[in-house]
Amino acid sequence: MNILRLFRKPKSASTARDRLQVLLAHERASVGGNDLVGLLRDEILAVISKHVQVDSNKVYVKMERGAQVSTLEVDVQIPFDTGVKAA
Amino acid sequence: MGKAIVVTSGKGGVGKTTTTAALGAALAQRGEKVVVVDFDVGLRNLDLVMGAERRVVYDLINVIHGEAKLQQALIRDKRLETLYLLPASQTRDKDKLTPEGVEQVISALKKNFDWVICDSPAGIERGPTMAMRHADIAIIVTNPEVSSVRDSDRIIGLLDAKTVKAERGERVEKHLLVTRYDPARAEAGDMLQVDDVLEILSIPLLGIIPESTDVLRASNLGTPVTLADKQSETAQAYFEAARRLTGEIIPVTIPSDRRSFFGKFFGRKAA
Repeated sequence: MNILRLFRKPKSASTARDRLQVLLAHERASVGGNDLVGLLRDEILAVISKHVQVDSNKVYVKMERGAQVSTLEVDVQIPFDTGVKAA
Repeated sequence: MGKAIVVTSGKGGVGKTTTTAALGAALAQRGEKVVVVDFDVGLRNLDLVMGAERRVVYDLINVIHGEAKLQQALIRDKRLETLYLLPASQTRDKDKLTPEGVEQVISALKKNFDWVICDSPAGIERGPTMAMRHADIAIIVTNPEVSSVRDSDRIIGLLDAKTVKAERGERVEKHLLVTRYDPARAEAGDMLQVDDVLEILSIPLLGIIPESTDVLRASNLGTPVTLADKQSETAQAYFEAARRLTGEIIPVTIPSDRRSFFGKFFGRKAA
């Protein structure tokens, strides 16, 4: 451990890893011809917005491909004040 | 019947040619009959790294077009009896690589050699797809750096789609070779760790080659790094990878930060 390093910039390797994981999840899904993650994102958004008002920029869909299992992570932020959408 | 290996990466400059030469020489030193094939038509460099640039008469394109026999184009290494080079053409177009021609050459080589190691050009176009097409095994050379990892991921996708094995419903055996790894920077958190790269790409690890001045020195001399200085950390890492290729199950040596305690404190290399 370099003593000078304590006063330097934060570590960059974890940022690199996180950026790659997000990017590759997206690219792997879209290279196969159709943009699966994009499609899922749009349809999930459509279903949710039938009942709750959501900001399309606050919907986050992530697919992680493993050797055996893939996981789909959906993160939707629902604003506290709007609650149920008025008809 | 020998095995065809493609050394590929997507990104340029990560160490494909260095790796091809080093593994070729490492396997040949174990008594295996090896041919290294340069697929980088128009930008050949394997001849230079192997120190055979002045001995090239015929090349891969000549053989494909029937202008020379395979035996005439093969260059035998002056240091290792069982190591041969099939150079690429420097002047002709990469479009001269026909799928049929490549298939004929690779299958002829597989009959005569234990290992046919194909040095792929960078990119994802015709050259790289031709180089990987008939591979039984792929070595994906990756630097612990974002753009290299991304391109490797893309190449893994191609290996699963555009190879003869994939089209037959089989799988190309894939191995990750991490090159230019700097243990001090990885330890300091400013370089991706090997585990990070493995987790992202999820293919088995063939070896870790440390960032080293040995590589430049070897290419200056026109000698594969596994012949230039056999005791160097780089050569040892390649020897280990070659043993793993032949089926030996041995633990992967992780290059260590060789700075002294004092050196670590003041950020200087000890050796």
